[in-house]
Amino acid sequence: MDRKLTCIVCPLGCSMVAEVENGKVLSVSGNTCPRGKAYAESECINPQRVVTSTVRCQDGSMLSVKTDRAIPKEKMAECMEIIASARPQLPIFVGDVIIKDVFGSDIIATQNRS
Amino acid sequence: MTDLVIIGGGPAGMSAAIAAYECGIRDILILERDEHLGGILQQCIHNGFGLHKFSEELTGPEYAYRYEKRVIELGIPYKLGTMVLDITKDKVITATNAEDGVFQINAKAIILAMGCRERAKGALNIAGSRPAGIYSAGTAQKFVNMKGYMPGRDVVILGSGDIGLIMARRMTLEGAKVHAVCELMPYSSGLARNIEQCLNDFSIPLKTSHTVTEIHGKERLTGVTIARVDENRKPIPETSEFIPCDTLLLSVGLIPENELSRSMGVDLSGITSGATVDQDRQTSIEGVFACGNVLHVHDLVDFVSEEAEIAGKAAAEYINGMVETTVNIPIKTDGKIRYTVPQVITKSKDVTVFFRVSDVYKNVKITVKSGDDVIVSKKKVRVAPGEMESIKLRASDIEKRKELIFSLEVV
Repeated sequence: MDRKLTCIVCPLGCSMVAEVENGKVLSVSGNTCPRGKAYAESECINPQRVVTSTVRCQDGSMLSVKTDRAIPKEKMAECMEIIASARPQLPIFVGDVIIKDVFGSDIIATQNRS
Repeated sequence: MTDLVIIGGGPAGMSAAIAAYECGIRDILILERDEHLGGILQQCIHNGFGLHKFSEELTGPEYAYRYEKRVIELGIPYKLGTMVLDITKDKVITATNAEDGVFQINAKAIILAMGCRERAKGALNIAGSRPAGIYSAGTAQKFVNMKGYMPGRDVVILGSGDIGLIMARRMTLEGAKVHAVCELMPYSSGLARNIEQCLNDFSIPLKTSHTVTEIHGKERLTGVTIARVDENRKPIPETSEFIPCDTLLLSVGLIPENELSRSMGVDLSGITSGATVDQDRQTSIEGVFACGNVLHVHDLVDFVSEEAEIAGKAAAEYINGMVETTVNIPIKTDGKIRYTVPQVITKSKDVTVFFRVSDVYKNVKITVKSGDDVIVSKKKVRVAPGEMESIKLRASDIEKRKELIFSLEVV
Protein backbone atom coordinates (compact mmCIF):
# COMPACT_ATOMS: atom_id res chain seq x y z
CA MET A 1 0.00 0.00 0.00
CA ASP A 2 1.30 3.45 -0.91
CA ARG A 3 1.04 6.19 1.66
CA LYS A 4 1.37 9.87 0.76
CA LEU A 5 3.29 12.00 3.23
CA THR A 6 4.44 15.59 3.60
CA CYS A 7 7.84 15.80 5.21
CA ILE A 8 7.94 18.02 8.32
CA VAL A 9 11.69 17.86 8.90
CA CYS A 10 12.53 21.17 7.20
CA PRO A 11 10.77 24.09 5.47
CA LEU A 12 11.10 22.40 2.05
CA GLY A 13 8.16 20.13 2.96
CA CYS A 14 8.81 17.42 0.36
CA SER A 15 5.83 15.39 -0.88
CA MET A 16 6.79 11.76 -0.40
CA VAL A 17 5.30 8.34 -1.06
CA ALA A 18 6.07 5.43 1.22
CA GLU A 19 5.39 1.86 0.16
CA VAL A 20 4.14 0.07 3.27
CA GLU A 21 3.40 -3.62 3.62
CA ASN A 22 2.64 -5.58 6.80
CA GLY A 23 3.82 -2.76 9.04
CA LYS A 24 7.10 -2.43 7.17
CA VAL A 25 8.28 0.39 4.94
CA LEU A 26 9.65 -1.12 1.73
CA SER A 27 10.60 2.10 -0.06
CA VAL A 28 10.37 5.89 0.15
CA SER A 29 10.32 8.23 -2.83
CA GLY A 30 10.06 12.01 -3.24
CA ASN A 31 12.44 12.85 -0.40
CA THR A 32 15.41 15.13 -1.12
CA CYS A 33 17.55 14.03 1.82
CA PRO A 34 18.14 11.04 4.13
CA ARG A 35 16.30 12.78 6.97
CA GLY A 36 13.15 12.75 4.82
CA LYS A 37 13.45 9.00 4.36
CA ALA A 38 13.96 8.50 8.09
CA TYR A 39 10.91 10.67 8.82
CA ALA A 40 8.73 8.71 6.36
CA GLU A 41 9.79 5.40 7.90
CA SER A 42 9.10 6.59 11.42
CA GLU A 43 5.82 8.26 10.43
CA CYS A 44 4.41 5.05 8.96
CA ILE A 45 5.36 2.83 11.90
CA ASN A 46 5.69 4.97 15.01
CA PRO A 47 4.79 8.62 14.34
CA GLN A 48 6.58 11.03 16.68
CA ARG A 49 6.50 14.75 17.37
CA VAL A 50 8.44 17.31 19.39
CA VAL A 51 6.03 19.11 21.74
CA THR A 52 6.56 22.77 22.60
CA SER A 53 4.55 24.54 25.26
CA THR A 54 4.79 26.83 28.28
CA VAL A 55 4.79 26.40 32.04
CA ARG A 56 3.87 28.92 34.70
CA CYS A 57 6.80 29.58 37.02
CA GLN A 58 6.49 30.13 40.78
CA ASP A 59 6.62 33.90 40.26
CA GLY A 60 3.67 33.69 37.87
CA SER A 61 5.62 34.33 34.67
CA MET A 62 5.40 32.03 31.67
CA LEU A 63 8.39 29.99 30.52
CA SER A 64 8.67 28.30 27.12
CA VAL A 65 9.65 24.61 27.16
CA LYS A 66 9.99 21.67 24.78
CA THR A 67 10.46 17.93 24.79
CA ASP A 68 14.18 17.43 24.14
CA ARG A 69 13.34 14.75 21.57
CA ALA A 70 10.29 13.58 19.67
CA ILE A 71 7.71 11.62 21.64
CA PRO A 72 4.99 9.27 20.32
CA LYS A 73 2.39 11.40 18.55
CA GLU A 74 -0.56 9.81 20.39
CA LYS A 75 0.97 10.91 23.72
CA MET A 76 0.91 14.64 22.87
CA ALA A 77 -2.26 15.45 24.83
CA GLU A 78 -1.03 13.53 27.89
CA CYS A 79 2.35 15.23 27.60
CA MET A 80 0.61 18.64 27.59
CA GLU A 81 -1.15 17.75 30.87
CA ILE A 82 2.11 16.74 32.51
CA ILE A 83 3.80 19.95 31.31
CA ALA A 84 0.89 22.06 32.60
CA SER A 85 1.27 20.61 36.10
CA ALA A 86 4.85 21.92 36.55
CA ARG A 87 5.56 25.00 38.68
CA PRO A 88 9.32 25.50 38.38
CA GLN A 89 11.33 27.78 40.64
CA LEU A 90 13.55 30.57 39.33
CA PRO A 91 16.21 31.09 38.16
CA ILE A 92 15.98 28.93 35.05
CA PHE A 93 18.38 28.81 32.13
CA VAL A 94 18.00 27.59 28.55
CA GLY A 95 18.44 23.79 28.55
CA ASP A 96 17.53 23.24 32.25
CA VAL A 97 15.45 20.12 32.78
CA ILE A 98 12.00 21.10 34.07
CA ILE A 99 10.45 17.59 34.16
CA LYS A 100 12.40 14.35 33.77
CA ASP A 101 11.46 11.37 31.63
CA VAL A 102 8.16 12.22 29.93
CA PHE A 103 7.51 9.48 27.34
CA GLY A 104 11.24 9.02 26.87
CA SER A 105 12.09 12.72 26.70
CA ASP A 106 12.96 15.42 29.19
CA ILE A 107 10.99 18.67 29.27
CA ILE A 108 13.62 21.42 29.02
CA ALA A 109 13.49 25.21 29.22
CA THR A 110 13.94 27.14 25.98
CA GLN A 111 14.15 30.55 27.71
CA ASN A 112 16.04 32.13 30.59
CA ARG A 113 14.08 33.41 33.61
CA SER A 114 15.62 35.04 36.61
CA MET B 1 28.32 60.94 17.90
CA THR B 2 27.72 57.19 17.83
CA ASP B 3 29.17 55.17 14.95
CA LEU B 4 26.25 52.81 14.48
CA VAL B 5 22.74 52.92 15.89
CA ILE B 6 20.49 49.95 15.23
CA ILE B 7 16.75 50.45 15.54
CA GLY B 8 15.30 47.17 16.80
CA GLY B 9 16.81 44.34 18.87
CA GLY B 10 15.11 41.40 17.19
CA PRO B 11 16.86 38.81 15.04
CA ALA B 12 17.74 41.37 12.35
CA GLY B 13 19.07 44.01 14.74
CA MET B 14 21.16 41.58 16.79
CA SER B 15 22.62 39.86 13.74
CA ALA B 16 23.47 43.21 12.13
CA ALA B 17 25.13 44.41 15.35
CA ILE B 18 27.27 41.27 15.64
CA ALA B 19 28.30 41.49 11.96
CA ALA B 20 29.31 45.16 12.35
CA TYR B 21 31.25 44.35 15.52
CA GLU B 22 33.09 41.56 13.75
CA CYS B 23 34.08 44.09 11.06
CA GLY B 24 35.76 46.22 13.72
CA ILE B 25 33.02 48.64 14.75
CA ARG B 26 32.91 49.06 18.54
CA ASP B 27 30.73 52.13 19.04
CA ILE B 28 27.35 50.46 18.51
CA LEU B 29 24.00 51.01 20.20
CA ILE B 30 20.89 48.86 19.79
CA LEU B 31 17.57 50.53 20.66
CA GLU B 32 14.77 48.08 21.48
CA ARG B 33 11.16 49.00 22.22
CA ASP B 34 10.32 45.83 24.17
CA GLU B 35 11.65 44.75 27.59
CA HIS B 36 13.81 41.99 26.08
CA LEU B 37 16.03 41.34 23.09
CA GLY B 38 14.86 38.81 20.51
CA GLY B 39 11.76 40.56 19.21
CA ILE B 40 8.86 38.42 18.13
CA LEU B 41 10.93 35.22 18.44
CA GLN B 42 10.26 35.23 22.19
CA GLN B 43 6.61 34.41 21.57
CA CYS B 44 7.30 31.90 18.78
CA ILE B 45 7.84 29.01 21.19
CA HIS B 46 7.45 26.33 18.49
CA ASN B 47 10.40 24.61 16.88
CA GLY B 48 11.57 24.84 13.29
CA PHE B 49 14.02 27.76 13.47
CA GLY B 50 17.70 27.63 12.65
CA LEU B 51 17.95 24.67 10.29
CA HIS B 52 19.81 26.76 7.70
CA LYS B 53 21.92 28.75 10.09
CA PHE B 54 22.77 26.22 12.79
CA SER B 55 21.81 22.88 11.17
CA GLU B 56 19.58 22.15 14.11
CA GLU B 57 15.98 22.69 14.94
CA LEU B 58 15.52 25.38 17.57
CA THR B 59 12.52 27.08 19.09
CA GLY B 60 12.14 30.85 18.61
CA PRO B 61 13.44 31.77 22.09
CA GLU B 62 16.43 29.43 21.66
CA TYR B 63 17.26 30.97 18.28
CA ALA B 64 17.05 34.45 19.80
CA TYR B 65 19.25 33.37 22.71
CA ARG B 66 22.07 32.30 20.36
CA TYR B 67 22.29 35.92 19.23
CA GLU B 68 21.51 37.54 22.57
CA LYS B 69 24.34 35.57 24.16
CA ARG B 70 26.74 36.76 21.49
CA VAL B 71 25.61 40.39 21.87
CA ILE B 72 26.27 40.16 25.60
CA GLU B 73 29.62 38.35 25.21
CA LEU B 74 30.83 41.01 22.80
CA GLY B 75 29.58 43.74 25.13
CA ILE B 76 27.50 45.45 22.47
CA PRO B 77 25.44 48.12 24.28
CA TYR B 78 21.66 48.07 24.03
CA LYS B 79 18.80 49.98 25.59
CA LEU B 80 15.54 48.13 26.28
CA GLY B 81 12.14 49.73 26.75
CA THR B 82 13.28 52.44 24.40
CA MET B 83 11.02 53.86 21.73
CA VAL B 84 12.49 55.74 18.80
CA LEU B 85 10.24 58.68 18.03
CA ASP B 86 11.95 60.25 15.07
CA ILE B 87 14.98 60.03 12.81
CA THR B 88 16.10 62.90 10.62
CA LYS B 89 17.74 62.70 7.24
CA ASP B 90 20.99 63.82 8.95
CA LYS B 91 20.79 60.76 11.20
CA VAL B 92 19.71 62.45 14.41
CA ILE B 93 17.66 59.95 16.39
CA THR B 94 15.13 61.06 18.99
CA ALA B 95 14.14 58.33 21.43
CA THR B 96 12.55 57.98 24.83
CA ASN B 97 12.60 55.59 27.76
CA ALA B 98 11.75 55.67 31.46
CA GLU B 99 15.35 56.19 32.58
CA ASP B 100 16.75 58.75 30.15
CA GLY B 101 13.55 60.63 29.31
CA VAL B 102 13.62 62.04 25.79
CA PHE B 103 17.11 62.02 24.30
CA GLN B 104 18.90 62.50 21.02
CA ILE B 105 21.75 60.57 19.40
CA ASN B 106 23.76 61.56 16.34
CA ALA B 107 24.71 58.50 14.33
CA LYS B 108 27.26 58.02 11.59
CA ALA B 109 25.27 55.09 10.25
CA ILE B 110 21.85 53.67 11.05
CA ILE B 111 20.43 50.20 10.50
CA LEU B 112 16.65 50.01 10.38
CA ALA B 113 15.57 46.67 11.86
CA MET B 114 12.09 47.38 13.20
CA GLY B 115 10.44 44.25 11.83
CA CYS B 116 6.84 44.08 10.73
CA ARG B 117 3.38 44.02 12.21
CA GLU B 118 0.21 42.15 11.46
CA ARG B 119 -2.45 43.38 9.10
CA ALA B 120 -5.46 44.15 11.29
CA LYS B 121 -9.15 43.51 10.94
CA GLY B 122 -9.90 47.06 9.81
CA ALA B 123 -8.12 46.30 6.56
CA LEU B 124 -10.50 43.43 5.81
CA ASN B 125 -13.95 45.05 5.65
CA ILE B 126 -15.90 42.20 7.22
CA ALA B 127 -19.57 42.99 7.84
CA GLY B 128 -21.07 42.81 11.32
CA SER B 129 -20.62 44.26 14.78
CA ARG B 130 -17.42 44.63 16.75
CA PRO B 131 -17.62 42.16 19.62
CA ALA B 132 -14.75 40.95 21.81
CA GLY B 133 -13.03 37.74 20.73
CA ILE B 134 -11.38 38.89 17.51
CA TYR B 135 -7.59 38.91 17.60
CA SER B 136 -4.73 38.94 15.20
CA ALA B 137 -2.99 35.56 15.38
CA GLY B 138 0.17 37.13 16.76
CA THR B 139 -1.72 38.89 19.56
CA ALA B 140 -3.33 35.59 20.52
CA GLN B 141 0.12 34.01 20.40
CA LYS B 142 1.44 36.62 22.81
CA PHE B 143 -1.51 36.07 25.17
CA VAL B 144 -1.14 32.28 25.22
CA ASN B 145 2.64 31.94 25.19
CA MET B 146 3.83 34.95 27.16
CA LYS B 147 0.92 35.85 29.44
CA GLY B 148 -0.68 32.42 29.88
CA TYR B 149 -4.20 33.60 28.92
CA MET B 150 -6.43 31.62 26.59
CA PRO B 151 -8.29 34.02 24.28
CA GLY B 152 -11.19 31.57 23.79
CA ARG B 153 -12.39 28.00 23.44
CA ASP B 154 -14.09 27.71 20.04
CA VAL B 155 -11.94 29.14 17.33
CA VAL B 156 -12.10 29.98 13.64
CA ILE B 157 -8.95 31.19 11.93
CA LEU B 158 -9.00 33.40 8.86
CA GLY B 159 -5.84 33.20 6.79
CA SER B 160 -3.53 30.23 6.45
CA GLY B 161 -0.17 31.97 6.81
CA ASP B 162 2.29 30.22 9.07
CA ILE B 163 1.30 32.15 12.19
CA GLY B 164 -2.34 31.12 11.69
CA LEU B 165 -1.34 27.48 11.26
CA ILE B 166 0.96 27.52 14.27
CA MET B 167 -1.80 29.07 16.39
CA ALA B 168 -4.30 26.44 15.22
CA ARG B 169 -2.04 23.79 16.75
CA ARG B 170 -1.21 25.81 19.84
CA MET B 171 -4.85 26.56 20.68
CA THR B 172 -5.74 22.90 20.11
CA LEU B 173 -2.95 21.66 22.38
CA GLU B 174 -4.17 24.09 25.05
CA GLY B 175 -7.64 22.55 24.87
CA ALA B 176 -9.52 24.80 22.43
CA LYS B 177 -11.49 23.48 19.47
CA VAL B 178 -10.37 24.97 16.16
CA HIS B 179 -13.32 24.54 13.82
CA ALA B 180 -11.72 25.68 10.57
CA VAL B 181 -8.93 27.61 8.95
CA CYS B 182 -10.33 29.68 6.05
CA GLU B 183 -8.07 30.84 3.25
CA LEU B 184 -9.24 33.32 0.61
CA MET B 185 -6.79 32.06 -1.99
CA PRO B 186 -7.05 28.62 -3.61
CA TYR B 187 -3.81 27.66 -1.86
CA SER B 188 -2.27 28.18 1.56
CA SER B 189 0.55 30.66 1.92
CA GLY B 190 1.92 28.62 4.83
CA LEU B 191 4.64 26.00 4.67
CA ALA B 192 3.55 22.49 3.67
CA ARG B 193 5.12 21.13 6.87
CA ASN B 194 2.91 23.41 8.95
CA ILE B 195 -0.26 22.29 7.16
CA GLU B 196 0.80 18.74 7.96
CA GLN B 197 1.87 19.08 11.59
CA CYS B 198 -0.45 21.91 12.69
CA LEU B 199 -3.70 21.05 10.85
CA ASN B 200 -3.63 17.45 9.60
CA ASP B 201 -2.21 16.11 12.89
CA PHE B 202 -5.32 17.44 14.63
CA SER B 203 -7.84 16.95 11.80
CA ILE B 204 -8.44 20.70 11.53
CA PRO B 205 -10.11 21.47 8.18
CA LEU B 206 -8.33 23.88 5.82
CA LYS B 207 -10.98 25.59 3.71
CA THR B 208 -9.23 27.15 0.72
CA SER B 209 -11.13 29.67 -1.45
CA HIS B 210 -13.19 30.56 1.64
CA THR B 211 -13.53 33.73 3.64
CA VAL B 212 -15.40 35.12 6.63
CA THR B 213 -18.34 37.19 5.37
CA GLU B 214 -20.03 38.17 8.61
CA ILE B 215 -19.23 38.54 12.27
CA HIS B 216 -21.99 37.73 14.78
CA GLY B 217 -22.37 38.72 18.42
CA LYS B 218 -22.77 41.92 20.35
CA GLU B 219 -20.54 41.84 23.39
CA ARG B 220 -18.69 38.62 22.69
CA LEU B 221 -18.31 36.90 19.34
CA THR B 222 -21.01 34.22 18.95
CA GLY B 223 -20.10 32.98 15.50
CA VAL B 224 -18.98 33.78 11.99
CA THR B 225 -20.50 33.21 8.58
CA ILE B 226 -18.07 31.80 6.08
CA ALA B 227 -18.55 31.33 2.34
CA ARG B 228 -16.73 29.98 -0.64
CA VAL B 229 -15.34 32.62 -3.02
CA ASP B 230 -15.36 32.56 -6.82
CA GLU B 231 -12.32 33.06 -9.04
CA ASN B 232 -12.58 36.83 -8.49
CA ARG B 233 -12.47 36.22 -4.73
CA LYS B 234 -16.09 37.33 -4.35
CA PRO B 235 -18.14 35.33 -1.83
CA ILE B 236 -20.82 33.02 -3.29
CA PRO B 237 -23.88 33.66 -1.03
CA GLU B 238 -25.42 30.19 -1.59
CA THR B 239 -22.37 28.58 -0.01
CA SER B 240 -22.71 30.53 3.27
CA GLU B 241 -22.28 28.53 6.43
CA PHE B 242 -22.60 29.66 10.05
CA ILE B 243 -19.96 28.43 12.49
CA PRO B 244 -20.59 29.09 16.18
CA CYS B 245 -17.39 30.27 17.85
CA ASP B 246 -16.19 32.67 20.54
CA THR B 247 -12.86 33.52 18.92
CA LEU B 248 -11.75 34.62 15.47
CA LEU B 249 -8.03 34.77 14.77
CA LEU B 250 -6.76 36.75 11.82
CA SER B 251 -3.61 35.66 10.07
CA VAL B 252 -3.94 37.82 7.00
CA GLY B 253 -0.51 39.11 6.27
CA LEU B 254 2.35 41.14 7.65
CA ILE B 255 3.33 44.71 6.85
CA PRO B 256 6.86 46.09 7.33
CA GLU B 257 6.76 48.75 10.05
CA ASN B 258 8.20 51.76 8.25
CA GLU B 259 6.75 54.87 9.89
CA LEU B 260 10.24 56.00 10.96
CA SER B 261 11.72 55.27 7.55
CA ARG B 262 8.94 57.18 5.83
CA SER B 263 9.20 60.25 8.03
CA MET B 264 12.96 60.42 7.55
CA GLY B 265 12.49 60.35 3.79
CA VAL B 266 13.75 56.88 2.87
CA ASP B 267 12.34 55.78 -0.52
CA LEU B 268 9.87 52.95 -0.02
CA SER B 269 8.72 50.30 -2.47
CA GLY B 270 4.97 50.20 -3.10
CA ILE B 271 5.19 46.43 -3.44
CA THR B 272 7.24 45.33 -0.43
CA SER B 273 6.20 48.32 1.77
CA GLY B 274 9.87 48.37 2.74
CA ALA B 275 12.76 50.54 1.65
CA THR B 276 14.26 50.20 -1.80
CA VAL B 277 17.83 49.07 -1.28
CA ASP B 278 21.03 48.18 -3.09
CA GLN B 279 22.99 44.93 -2.70
CA ASP B 280 24.38 46.17 0.65
CA ARG B 281 20.83 46.87 1.90
CA GLN B 282 21.61 50.57 1.83
CA THR B 283 18.49 52.70 1.40
CA SER B 284 18.10 55.86 -0.67
CA ILE B 285 19.78 57.77 2.19
CA GLU B 286 23.53 57.19 2.35
CA GLY B 287 24.59 55.45 5.55
CA VAL B 288 21.07 54.25 6.34
CA PHE B 289 20.55 50.52 5.90
CA ALA B 290 17.52 48.27 6.32
CA CYS B 291 17.27 44.53 6.93
CA GLY B 292 14.90 41.83 8.09
CA ASN B 293 11.13 42.10 8.02
CA VAL B 294 11.17 45.89 7.96
CA LEU B 295 12.68 45.58 4.48
CA HIS B 296 10.47 42.79 3.16
CA VAL B 297 8.63 39.99 4.94
CA HIS B 298 10.75 36.84 5.10
CA ASP B 299 9.65 33.20 5.32
CA LEU B 300 12.44 32.08 7.64
CA VAL B 301 14.30 33.88 10.39
CA ASP B 302 17.51 32.26 9.13
CA PHE B 303 17.25 34.45 6.02
CA VAL B 304 16.61 37.51 8.20
CA SER B 305 19.86 36.86 10.06
CA GLU B 306 21.75 36.44 6.80
CA GLU B 307 20.36 39.63 5.34
CA ALA B 308 21.19 41.51 8.53
CA GLU B 309 24.80 40.31 8.29
CA ILE B 310 25.01 41.92 4.86
CA ALA B 311 23.64 45.19 6.26
CA GLY B 312 25.91 45.08 9.33
CA LYS B 313 29.00 44.47 7.26
CA ALA B 314 28.08 47.20 4.78
CA ALA B 315 27.39 49.68 7.59
CA ALA B 316 30.87 48.93 8.97
CA GLU B 317 32.41 49.59 5.57
CA TYR B 318 30.48 52.84 5.32
CA ILE B 319 31.66 53.96 8.77
CA ASN B 320 35.24 53.09 7.82
CA GLY B 321 34.93 55.23 4.72
CA MET B 322 35.08 52.35 2.27
CA VAL B 323 32.45 53.74 -0.08
CA GLU B 324 32.76 53.08 -3.75
CA THR B 325 29.80 53.37 -6.01
CA THR B 326 30.93 51.97 -9.28
CA VAL B 327 27.75 51.13 -11.14
CA ASN B 328 24.06 51.95 -11.09
CA ILE B 329 22.00 49.04 -12.40
CA PRO B 330 18.30 49.04 -11.57
CA ILE B 331 16.58 45.64 -11.38
CA LYS B 332 13.15 45.49 -12.99
CA THR B 333 10.54 42.75 -12.93
CA ASP B 334 7.87 41.56 -15.37
CA GLY B 335 4.93 41.40 -12.94
CA LYS B 336 4.96 37.60 -12.68
CA ILE B 337 8.06 38.22 -10.59
CA ARG B 338 6.51 40.48 -8.01
CA TYR B 339 9.59 42.09 -6.54
CA THR B 340 13.29 41.71 -6.01
CA VAL B 341 15.57 42.66 -3.13
CA PRO B 342 17.85 44.43 -3.84
CA GLN B 343 16.13 46.70 -6.35
CA VAL B 344 19.38 48.25 -7.57
CA ILE B 345 23.02 47.18 -7.83
CA THR B 346 25.61 49.86 -7.11
CA LYS B 347 28.79 47.83 -6.73
CA SER B 348 30.46 45.49 -9.13
CA LYS B 349 30.50 42.32 -7.03
CA ASP B 350 28.75 38.96 -6.74
CA VAL B 351 25.16 39.56 -5.66
CA THR B 352 22.40 37.19 -4.61
CA VAL B 353 19.05 38.62 -5.64
CA PHE B 354 16.00 37.50 -3.67
CA PHE B 355 12.55 37.61 -5.24
CA ARG B 356 8.97 36.52 -4.92
CA VAL B 357 6.54 35.47 -7.64
CA SER B 358 2.99 36.85 -7.81
CA ASP B 359 1.06 33.58 -8.19
CA VAL B 360 1.52 29.81 -8.05
CA TYR B 361 3.13 28.64 -11.30
CA LYS B 362 4.28 25.19 -12.38
CA ASN B 363 7.22 24.31 -14.64
CA VAL B 364 8.67 27.75 -15.03
CA LYS B 365 11.82 29.29 -16.38
CA ILE B 366 13.09 32.35 -14.56
CA THR B 367 15.35 34.52 -16.68
CA VAL B 368 17.59 37.46 -15.91
CA LYS B 369 18.13 39.57 -19.01
CA SER B 370 19.86 42.75 -19.97
CA GLY B 371 18.49 43.99 -23.26
CA ASP B 372 18.39 40.82 -25.36
CA ASP B 373 21.23 39.10 -23.50
CA VAL B 374 20.23 36.27 -21.21
CA ILE B 375 22.51 36.48 -18.18
CA VAL B 376 21.16 33.59 -16.11
CA SER B 377 18.15 31.34 -16.33
CA LYS B 378 16.83 28.81 -13.90
CA LYS B 379 14.09 26.18 -14.13
CA LYS B 380 11.74 25.37 -11.27
CA VAL B 381 9.04 22.71 -11.02
CA ARG B 382 6.87 24.89 -8.81
CA VAL B 383 7.00 28.45 -7.49
CA ALA B 384 4.59 30.12 -5.07
CA PRO B 385 4.22 33.61 -3.56
CA GLY B 386 4.83 32.17 -0.10
CA GLU B 387 8.32 30.95 -0.96
CA MET B 388 11.15 33.39 -1.46
CA GLU B 389 13.46 32.46 -4.34
CA SER B 390 16.97 33.63 -5.13
CA ILE B 391 19.40 33.84 -8.02
CA LYS B 392 23.11 34.45 -7.71
CA LEU B 393 24.66 36.93 -10.15
CA ARG B 394 28.39 37.10 -10.71
CA ALA B 395 30.22 40.40 -10.83
CA SER B 396 31.39 39.53 -14.35
CA ASP B 397 27.77 38.97 -15.44
CA ILE B 398 26.51 42.35 -14.35
CA GLU B 399 29.38 44.64 -15.21
CA LYS B 400 28.57 47.25 -17.85
CA ARG B 401 24.84 46.46 -17.84
CA LYS B 402 22.33 49.31 -17.96
CA GLU B 403 19.55 47.41 -16.23
CA LEU B 404 18.53 43.87 -15.35
CA ILE B 405 15.11 42.42 -16.01
CA PHE B 406 13.78 39.45 -14.03
CA SER B 407 11.06 37.57 -15.88
CA LEU B 408 9.16 34.32 -15.52
CA GLU B 409 7.68 32.16 -18.25
CA VAL B 410 5.74 28.93 -18.00
CA VAL B 411 7.42 26.33 -20.21
